[in-house]
Amino acid sequence: MEAKTLFDKVWDAHVVKKIVGGPSVLYIDRHFIHEVTSPVAFVGLEKRGLNVFHPGQTFATPDHNIPTIDQDQPIKDELSRNQVNKLTANCQKHGITLYGLNHKWAGIIHVIGPELGLTQPGMTIVCGDSHTSTHGAFGALAFGIGTSEVEMVLASQCVLQPKPKKMRITVNGTLHKGVISKDIALYIISKISASGGTGYFIEYAGSAISSLSMEARMTLCNMSIECGARGGIIAPDEKTFAYVKGREFAPRGEAWDKALAYWKTLKTDEGAMFDDEYTFDAADIDPMITYGTNPGMGMGIKANIPDGNDLKGTDKITFEKSLSYMGFKAGEKLEGKPVDYVFVGSCTNGRIEDLRMFAEFVKGKHKAGNVVAWIVPGSKQVEKQAEEEGLTEILKAAGFQLRQPGCSACLAMNDDKIPAGKYSVSTSNRNFEGRQGPNSRTLLASPLVAAAAAITGKITDPRDLM
Amino acid sequence: MAIDKFITFTSKAVPLPIENVDTDQIIPARFLKAVERKGFGDNLFRDWRYDKNNQPVPGFVLNTPTYSGTILVAGKNFGSGSSREHAAWAIYDFGFKVVVSSFFADIFKNNALNNGLLPVQVEGSFLEKIFSVIKEDAGAEFKVDLIEQKFTIVKTGEAASFDINPYKKECLLNGYDDIDYLVSCRDEITAFEQGRH
Ligand code: SF4
Repeated sequence: MEAKTLFDKVWDAHVVKKIVGGPSVLYIDRHFIHEVTSPVAFVGLEKRGLNVFHPGQTFATPDHNIPTIDQDQPIKDELSRNQVNKLTANCQKHGITLYGLNHKWAGIIHVIGPELGLTQPGMTIVCGDSHTSTHGAFGALAFGIGTSEVEMVLASQCVLQPKPKKMRITVNGTLHKGVISKDIALYIISKISASGGTGYFIEYAGSAISSLSMEARMTLCNMSIECGARGGIIAPDEKTFAYVKGREFAPRGEAWDKALAYWKTLKTDEGAMFDDEYTFDAADIDPMITYGTNPGMGMGIKANIPDGNDLKGTDKITFEKSLSYMGFKAGEKLEGKPVDYVFVGSCTNGRIEDLRMFAEFVKGKHKAGNVVAWIVPGSKQVEKQAEEEGLTEILKAAGFQLRQPGCSACLAMNDDKIPAGKYSVSTSNRNFEGRQGPNSRTLLASPLVAAAAAITGKITDPRDLM
Repeated sequence: MAIDKFITFTSKAVPLPIENVDTDQIIPARFLKAVERKGFGDNLFRDWRYDKNNQPVPGFVLNTPTYSGTILVAGKNFGSGSSREHAAWAIYDFGFKVVVSSFFADIFKNNALNNGLLPVQVEGSFLEKIFSVIKEDAGAEFKVDLIEQKFTIVKTGEAASFDINPYKKECLLNGYDDIDYLVSCRDEITAFEQGRH
């Protein structure tokens, strides 16, 4: 039998048919929707007079546009309220399960999918959101789609997709103290660039990857899109199975045994071919931080910004534009520079493990006076668990306050906007110009780097405080 | 609901010689609050086009009468970032029919094609040539021929061919759309589902 990659196995199992000289009709097991990218799809569906083909396979929650305070009150912003109401109405009308604002299972869609066991190995999962790649941590084939494609899934439970190329990124060895999966992600992207993965689906492998917890794997797969890849995937193992088992939508009894037997086959065969391969050593990775306006512009926290002397033409213009936006100079150090805001949250680092790490770091210390910190749990369940584990208390004692769950300052569609010109050390995933508010300046980093900045008020290597 | 048919045309081009133009620049998140698909062109490149007092930024390519046309030419890795189809809508709604770059982000490319907006990917050296032709003469014209898959600098006759998936080419030329096609496959999809268990 032909040796297959993990990606091939899951892809091939979902091809309804292939159009000659064209894309494949790819069957979708799980479809997630939120309030921003779905309304136009429903309008399209209705204009065509179509029903939702399989409403039971779509799950909805509002996350992008919601406030992170006073969630029990009506949403003040009229346009946001309208979008959330539209989502509710569309779900009601078409029989789609919705975890609305204040529901005990509500939260950022990529946080609640795994929490509820909706995300399972071997599934195809799509959502009108590029960070759908998160779910690849479970050995699922998960990728973001546009609104036309959301409409396709609603109408047919399928999307038309050309098969991407395959890349394997192997990270072997042991991570240093203070270095976590967000650093692996930023490190990889800094090495292969913000477009290095375009056209590919990435499998992450190697001893450093299998040693990661499920949550850390989610952070890594989440960031796959930031190097341009459609998604990332990690072969499921005992950690994966243990995580899924017993969750709300996980298979039970006989169905579990059957599923488990299948899931255990989901790994890349010996000798299977990739279109491209990279290998990195975990020991080379430092706590990372970005200095520019795309996630590929990252470096070790103690490093200097590149001098850019080797760049020419459009590359040079782009580099200079980026640094001037950030207010940094080529060749200078970031360490020690003052920070205005710290944001901990998002589908990248808004899970319970992230809050635990942050809380443990700031325990017994106090927030710097010059920093505004927004700590936003990824879901209602994370919020509740933080409370139960006493994290909320620890944070309070250190001068921090937990907000309510949502995407928040990750994309600043709600009121959580970083003011113009201000510096934000953020655990989210994008440092694009204006991403966190018009003219805001974002430095992407791990929850530990964020914690260190929140305590000292400056860009600080967390290892110096550990 | 078909898309507009793509017809061969000749036009001037608007240059944006910047790399990694991400979807947050094409249309910032705060303009994604609509529940219908209209008016996104007004906010295309919003934060480059208008200052914080909502005044047009003089000199930005969309604000100067120097440049016009239905072709947008941009640096490599165009459309990276979010999956928001609003980016493709905004570009199309503004009046562009073609985006030329040396590299496109995947999701953006799909979204563009699904809306009748043609991404034309050319070699980096050819892209630099296009930029320099526009720099010399803002009125320079370019011809986009989808049937022949050719992009031509009219003045010099230099041309680059570009790739497109044959299925997508058919769709664009005829104004077909994927959703109608997939709905016509519902029986096959049902058969596939039954065969899985
Ligand atoms: S947290 Fe940020 S990246 Fe994640 S889904 Fe929300 S907006 Fe997108």
